[in-house]
Amino acid sequence: MKRRDFIQQASAGTALVTLGSLGLQSFTSLNNTTKITILHTNDVHSHIDTFEEGRNANKGGVARRASLIDSIRKENPNTLLLDAGDIFQGTPYFNYYGGELEFKLMSKLKYDAATIGNHDFDNGIDGLFAQLPHAKFQFISANYDFSNTIMDTQTKPYQVFQKNGIKIGVFGLGIELNGLVAPNMFKETKYLNPLEISQDMSRILKTEEKCDLIICLSHLGYNYRNSNKISDLSLAKATKDIDLIIGGHTHTFLPKPTIVKNSDNKNVLVNQVGCYGIYLGKIDFYFDSDKNKSANGTSIIV
Amino acid sequence: MRFTHFLFLLYFLSFLNCKDEKLKIIKIEGQQIIISDSLILDGEIENFIKPFRDNIQKDLDSILAYSAGTYSKTDGELNTAVGNFMADAIYSEANPIFKSRTGHDIDMVIFNHGAIRSALNKGNVSKRTAFELMPFENTVVVIAIKGTQIDSLIDFLRTSKTAHPVSKLKLVLNQEFKIMEAKIKGKNIDKNRIYYVATSNYVYSGGDNMSFFKPNDSVYRLDYKIRNTLIDKFIKLDTIEPVIDDRFIQIK
Ligand SMILES: [Zn+2]
Repeated sequence: MKRRDFIQQASAGTALVTLGSLGLQSFTSLNNTTKITILHTNDVHSHIDTFEEGRNANKGGVARRASLIDSIRKENPNTLLLDAGDIFQGTPYFNYYGGELEFKLMSKLKYDAATIGNHDFDNGIDGLFAQLPHAKFQFISANYDFSNTIMDTQTKPYQVFQKNGIKIGVFGLGIELNGLVAPNMFKETKYLNPLEISQDMSRILKTEEKCDLIICLSHLGYNYRNSNKISDLSLAKATKDIDLIIGGHTHTFLPKPTIVKNSDNKNVLVNQVGCYGIYLGKIDFYFDSDKNKSANGTSIIV
Repeated sequence: MRFTHFLFLLYFLSFLNCKDEKLKIIKIEGQQIIISDSLILDGEIENFIKPFRDNIQKDLDSILAYSAGTYSKTDGELNTAVGNFMADAIYSEANPIFKSRTGHDIDMVIFNHGAIRSALNKGNVSKRTAFELMPFENTVVVIAIKGTQIDSLIDFLRTSKTAHPVSKLKLVLNQEFKIMEAKIKGKNIDKNRIYYVATSNYVYSGGDNMSFFKPNDSVYRLDYKIRNTLIDKFIKLDTIEPVIDDRFIQIK
């Protein structure tokens, strides 16, 4: 038993002892529901300022996103903040500062992790590497093999976060770079099959890391009609044990998260919030012990 | 915690098999929250951004030239004033660099119509104008291809019926979109000659289905951003007044 798990259980037990009751009923009733909040952005593309004109006028902006995230964290400290890639490219902030400000702001907003989008190679893999000292959050990518590049050891395939005793496993996926990014920009980055990697990742996170919640942070794109190209929707259908896929790349503004049946006929949520930091995605997961589970299973309100 | 107490706890936990009774998700709620101006600006974040923003604004807004009119990429059928301006700027700004490095002249320029991201608006022209026209980090590449591939390039233009910007190429089509005239720098195309064609790295890598650059004799990457060719051109001009001309037309 890991120390942290023990402390969790011991404190529950202590409470019980104080109450002087050993009944099964009282054990489960003491196990309060825990809420985990997942906040996410994607394809912010260096949009640091609020839009001044056009159809997105008065929307977006990092300083407003910061106050929103702050108020959500105050309401629920068990919150994770994730980004699904394409942090770079789209405003002069990137052209002048190469992504320094984007990373510094994401660090100030206390992002927990991000995956890598194709545009994050726009100043080459060296340009991405050069900005890493400004990022106080983890880069997660399971299907880019950086071992022959300067990015070697700078990313992790997955990260496990602990929030109020709940283990959240997050793994990252990137899109095929060939044809999208010039080869001299991504150099010897190897692209690995996202489906095979996802099957590995979900198994590791489920059985080895014993995660309660498994999240895929993807820059594959939401859906490709008339194409075999792997997308978040096709990945959700073909895999199991993933609870949530947070997507990017296709700049898809979903009115609400999509519910997909996975290969085990269980529900997976797929969400994406368009682009440019106009929206913040928020998914709340409520956890309870098996005994308290209502007869009709998980209710999904989107 | 006394030792007996501790033992009791262990017994208690194994009896209930608490951790095997895994946590289950009982409810999921999802929503997309709009970042609207009803949210408060975080003052610390705002103050942190300000010096970066001010520095950029100052540089972007310094006036470089004046545009006599508003030129949009949708004004014109097979060539547009803004496209002609950009293709000509790539030629005039990149050619001296290419020549100094290789001893050759660029023969013609082509890039994709979709790369023009805004109109060139009437009034003051600044670096910001160049960022609006060309927000991407595309760079100039020059590719050495045979005259036979110039034929495929022309065939691409003929069938796409789109005002892809060109410079130093003259192409006249008839009513049936057949070629009536095709010349580079005023001369007929020689199938056996090597031509040096400037384009963007995006087009070279097959963007917008322009696949006529492969195979090729050689590729010269100038490490010169297309946006910077525009800025350098703006600096040299007082008034910008490009026109729709007869470089790529259809006789009806
Ligand atoms: Zn994007």
